[in-house]
Amino acid sequence: MAEKTTIVNLTEEEFVHSGNRACTGCGLSIVYRMGLKALGKNTILVVPPSCLTVLQGLYPVASTKLPCVNVTFASTGAAATGVRGAMKALGKDDVNVVAWAGDGGTGDIGIQALSGACERGEDIIYICYDNEAYMNTGVQRSGTTPQGVLTTTTPIRGKLQAKKDVPAIIAAHGIPYVATASAAYPLDLYDKVKKATTIAGPKYIHVHTPCPPGWNFDTRYTIKVGKLAVETGLFDLYEIENGVFRLSAPSQRVAGGKRRPVKEYFATQGRFKSLDPELVEQIQQQVDAKWATLAAQAA
Amino acid sequence: MHIIESGNVAAATGVKLARAQVIAAYPITPQTPLTEKLSEFVESGQLAAQYIPVESEHSAMAVCIAASTAGTRAFTATSANGLLYMVEQLHWAVGARLPIVMCVANRGIGAPWTVWNDQQDSMSQRDVGWIQLYANDHQQIIDSVLKAFKLAQTVSIPVMVCYDGYLLSHTYMPFDRPEQTEVDAFLPPFAPTHFLDPENPGNFNTVTLPDVRPGVDGTLQPGYIEIRHNLHQDLRAALATYEEIDREYAERFGRGGTPFVEPYRCDDARFVAVAIGSLSYQLRDVIDQLREDGLAIGVMGVQMYRPFPDEAIARALAGKECVIVLEKALSYGNQGPLYGDIKSALYRLENRPVLHNYILGLGGREIRTQQLLDVLARSCANPGEIEDTPRWIGLKLQEEHHG
Amino acid sequence: MVKKSYCEMISRSQPGPGDGGNTGSWRVKRPVMDQKKCIPAKTGKPSCFTCWLYCPDCVVSKTIPPAINLDYCKGCGICAEECPAGAIEMVDEASFIGKEK
Repeated sequence: MAEKTTIVNLTEEEFVHSGNRACTGCGLSIVYRMGLKALGKNTILVVPPSCLTVLQGLYPVASTKLPCVNVTFASTGAAATGVRGAMKALGKDDVNVVAWAGDGGTGDIGIQALSGACERGEDIIYICYDNEAYMNTGVQRSGTTPQGVLTTTTPIRGKLQAKKDVPAIIAAHGIPYVATASAAYPLDLYDKVKKATTIAGPKYIHVHTPCPPGWNFDTRYTIKVGKLAVETGLFDLYEIENGVFRLSAPSQRVAGGKRRPVKEYFATQGRFKSLDPELVEQIQQQVDAKWATLAAQAA
Repeated sequence: MHIIESGNVAAATGVKLARAQVIAAYPITPQTPLTEKLSEFVESGQLAAQYIPVESEHSAMAVCIAASTAGTRAFTATSANGLLYMVEQLHWAVGARLPIVMCVANRGIGAPWTVWNDQQDSMSQRDVGWIQLYANDHQQIIDSVLKAFKLAQTVSIPVMVCYDGYLLSHTYMPFDRPEQTEVDAFLPPFAPTHFLDPENPGNFNTVTLPDVRPGVDGTLQPGYIEIRHNLHQDLRAALATYEEIDREYAERFGRGGTPFVEPYRCDDARFVAVAIGSLSYQLRDVIDQLREDGLAIGVMGVQMYRPFPDEAIARALAGKECVIVLEKALSYGNQGPLYGDIKSALYRLENRPVLHNYILGLGGREIRTQQLLDVLARSCANPGEIEDTPRWIGLKLQEEHHG
Repeated sequence: MVKKSYCEMISRSQPGPGDGGNTGSWRVKRPVMDQKKCIPAKTGKPSCFTCWLYCPDCVVSKTIPPAINLDYCKGCGICAEECPAGAIEMVDEASFIGKEK
């Protein structure tokens, strides 16, 4: 395995311009910045409507220093297929073709095209930044919104259903590489994206992405909140490489017993304020059960 | 070289001769044999293209949009509900100014389900901004496909080549297959100015403001309305460009010369029937028979529906007594779409012909020659006043209400 | 007449800074770095750079000492929150009014 990247040896080259329209403290901005560093210059991006559309800028100014095609909401996986098809036709096999979409664009409206691309074995990297709701349109619930979360379409009781496990759905396609990552662990994310560039076939990276306005926390806590999601065992960092599941270092520590109670995470964000203690206890039990299994696997 | 094949294979052969580089398609009757043939061309090595068997028509057009933005010649084909499933993408492809070519094997649309021919599918897409060509026979299918690729990349606007499902897609007819060297001389490789290029990065189809805005170099760049106006202007200008492309094609291959409308026995005609697609050729037999009966009637096929060749149509129909528009499509609650367009094209004429509109053949209802003879004879005998409400041909189980 | 030049307008943006304008004006609080506490500044060695790593807006330089581009810094405070040496303080922008220029 490649050397782990450190802050000191991480490249200084940036592919995102300052002064873009992303919100203050945006988790996506961190994810995007790190991801593009790992991908490098020889990359073509495919982007559906999402916060990234806003971050990327309004015509005629682009905040991304890489070629990018904006596509319709449901079509990301297929559009990435088309770019790869064109690269094959043109003999430009060394270009990274990268789809970059939000959780709604990936797990809800875009899942058909993504599933098709995975089944066909397209040589693409698909990065889903999961900020757990439709943030760009003003925080409506999505399939990956966790249970109990207040959104503008679950305004009183919070979302009644559990979070859709999108990486598991994609992993079920049997593609060579599925990973989860977090904005709070940028070097881990960097190494996963870097690894994805070396693997042929479909690669899927699902990135937990705190959103200060959507999750209702102060902009300075983006990293803290992201770390807590991992430290409480609610969001797990792992890789599934050729079918082999492996917890990543931050989640290995959780498996090792240093897991914090989920209520600590819930307390940091206004979106959880309608959670009643009973549901918190229920979620804690679910997380405990999940980690009993994961710890057994890891041991 | 003359071969005898189906209309779908004529289309596939055109795509192969055009050296399409990326092909994406999803099966739907009656388009399916076209894409089967293309996959065979690719798998057997006769066509050096990427064939991508996508999971939906929406994705088929997504692949074409992305592949075209990346600088390759892209093709897809569909019918009926498949076309409607990609409607969002049709708008996207033309707004992004991508020279995609798509064949539409015309079929009625559900509900209720029908697999048979009419033209409601593509006619309902007249306002998206795609160029629409309609073929009347197998020869015109292959010729139109080749001209479509050239037109699309000349004007940076996608082109639909439409032909009647089953009546043309599945019937076998002889047609001339142009030589590859001749096609290569006619159709140069696609070499766009802007494409997805890591050496020269640009961000395509970004959110565009209502107003103009300075670019990175300080010069004012267009707003959404300017970009859309430019598209419309280019579509109108595409009429003359297509005329030129058709002329070049005719010089090279010996066929063409009637890019917009194809008149038959219209010169001395007092009456003209107008139709789109194979119906216009079926009507030729009817016209011949009516001529034998002494009726001064002709038929005109409309081969380019968007951009609408209004001047060519007005020229062809000026001075006629009555124009009878027969359509396998309807703007529900109004008239046949072609009828309304022809009416507006004739508005500025001093002696406007009387217009009649007939709807027929929806969902594959058989169009019998005797019916056509009867309605044309009736319209010619009593042109009367302009009739804005269409008459229906061949209705059973219910009275034909005029309207 | 046949038109020769088609497609003169297309939405293709060119990379450049400041699409959102001078986003430094969004700031409510300003990060102020105490170089006596900052690890690379103190040691003179390329180290730490936590502020640079986590900055969402690429406004911190990976230099000794790190510098913050206030033209574009939105003032999120992540750098202050994450600095292991507590070297960055978020100070009300209002307190700078009148002191600059």
